[in-house]
Amino acid sequence: MPYFWLAVFFAVPFAIVFKISFSYMVPAQPGYAPLFEWLEESRRLVATFNLANYQVLLQDSLYLNTFLYSLKVAAISTVLCLLLGYPMAYAIARSAPTTRNLFLMLIILPFWTSFLLRVYAWIGLLKTNGVINNTLLSLGIIDQPLVLLYTDFAVYVGIVYSYLPFMILPLYSNLEKHDLTLLEAAADLGARPFKAFFKITLPLSMPGIVAGCLLVFIPAVGEFVIPSLLGRTDQLMIGTVLSAQFFGARNWPVASAVAIGLLLVLLLPILLFQRYQQRELEASRR
Amino acid sequence: MAERVVDRQNQYLRIESVTKRFGDFVAVDNVSLSIFKGEIFCLLGGSGCGKTTLLRMLAGFESPTSGRILIDGQDMSGIPPYERPVNMMFQSYALFPHMTVAANVAFGLEQEGVARPEIERRVREMLDIVKLGEFAKRKPHQLSGGQRQRVALARALVKKPKLLLLDEPLGALDKKLREHTQFELINLQEQLGVTFVVVTHDQEEAMTLASRIGVMNKGQIVQVGTPTEIYEFPNSRFVADFIGSVNMFEGRLIEDEPGHVRIRCDDLDTTVFVSHGISAAPDARVFVAIRPEKIEMTRGQAAEGENCVGGVVREIAYMGDMSVYLVRLDGGRTVRVTIPNIERHEERIVWDERVVLRWQPSSPVVLTQ
Repeated sequence: MPYFWLAVFFAVPFAIVFKISFSYMVPAQPGYAPLFEWLEESRRLVATFNLANYQVLLQDSLYLNTFLYSLKVAAISTVLCLLLGYPMAYAIARSAPTTRNLFLMLIILPFWTSFLLRVYAWIGLLKTNGVINNTLLSLGIIDQPLVLLYTDFAVYVGIVYSYLPFMILPLYSNLEKHDLTLLEAAADLGARPFKAFFKITLPLSMPGIVAGCLLVFIPAVGEFVIPSLLGRTDQLMIGTVLSAQFFGARNWPVASAVAIGLLLVLLLPILLFQRYQQRELEASRR
Repeated sequence: MAERVVDRQNQYLRIESVTKRFGDFVAVDNVSLSIFKGEIFCLLGGSGCGKTTLLRMLAGFESPTSGRILIDGQDMSGIPPYERPVNMMFQSYALFPHMTVAANVAFGLEQEGVARPEIERRVREMLDIVKLGEFAKRKPHQLSGGQRQRVALARALVKKPKLLLLDEPLGALDKKLREHTQFELINLQEQLGVTFVVVTHDQEEAMTLASRIGVMNKGQIVQVGTPTEIYEFPNSRFVADFIGSVNMFEGRLIEDEPGHVRIRCDDLDTTVFVSHGISAAPDARVFVAIRPEKIEMTRGQAAEGENCVGGVVREIAYMGDMSVYLVRLDGGRTVRVTIPNIERHEERIVWDERVVLRWQPSSPVVLTQ
């Protein structure tokens, strides 16, 4: 059964995209030439592969540049999410059971509003005569409005804001299971609370950290709504390029090649995650 | 086995009128106690009697509401757990699951800032003592329960604490292993000379381990003494009842001499003659406690004289080394008697036989509270 789902929702779409990535673009419906053609007159099956889509990816510095930029944005956002999310998850996991549920509710609450709407709300907050600038101006802290919107800063704010729950929840579920007598044992053996945290709590929360980082990093690399609404216009992210190729230029073959490229880039962290999980699983046996 | 060196002059651990309240609940109620250097002291009591709270106050995880604790003359008030010369073996062992056995044992020494070669030497030495030398590289989840217990012990002992606290040290082990480990623990303590404070609810564990036992009830220490003193000379009905099993009869003092007393019990058709004096008001209400193994049982119809009653066997539990008989007295009360099974081919007393029960004048314990 899981294989069936995997086949329907992953393997088949992937195969289609993979196929399109080798096609020529044609200005018609569906937008690309078929790979295999049955030629009636010569009674032959002709396959026409087009590697040019991938060549574009490697040769056009725009693609390499956007790939690298996307990885950088995703990496920095992930680190920021971790730095913000860890203390929050820790505080929730250590709070009284009744307040704990309230905190968790508050973490999940933003999901009740449309993601798009929440990103738009950030425009209202960040723009030149937006809430933040107006408040700072009226308090006399600044006398010129700050340029916040359409910057890298805005993209980081948007991504960290949107993906923070995906960092907090796996961290929380890990931290909440910790046996607190381990910390008592560490204290008993002479470790101050700070030291005990780095020696005991932090290493034991690694599975939560890894899960949270991947849940933030992977979608953040391919993110296109946040950078296209809040980000710079002179520096695109790969998700934006991909959607522009699909829907703007209607160049499906190149867009498919970009998608495959993105997948290859993300394959590495996913494989690392899988190996890590495997190790954890083996360690937790018996 | 080496003789345990207990320095009775040295009150190594002194607990002075310590009280601990959690809100309205008094967990530990005005406990004062002295523990000598080099002894194994057991705090024995049922769940919720305050023994674990007292132990946690010694470790520094809880602080007394009032009173103070001195270790080797040093007042422990306000000293956090990580600065106390005390180590604890946790009931769950609390081994660090992400560290190897060697790293677990080394942890405490690392906190002290001991040099690396010195740490390695002491860890190896300690693991050899608990016979885990070859398991140094294993993780805790790759060990059996008994091995984990020994890692926990090694980890707590490697720092050479002034006081080792053990919370139900054998609670998680099965019966066979528990017996074996008890003796190992005693040997180890004699070898290293560390003062042990053990918390347990298991009287057997307390009896075999302890040089002295402190029985706790409702937050108070009700009796302190050697295992023999606690068993043979309980000072209250609670202690007599809690340690081992006992037959208890309510009675009235009818003769009170310095050398002996006579007690009339309503449940017994006889007067109880006790060959030692007690301190109680004449005609006072007292309790006579007789241990099941101190009662002699013979076949017979009539019971005559003092310390002698007749009855009928109602239940027999054959335990192998001994048998437990429940005998219904003619007065209606049921008495528990244990008889060692010395002869293999003996014709044992069976159900519904009439028997006579007798005991020595020195056997009953007279309790006034």
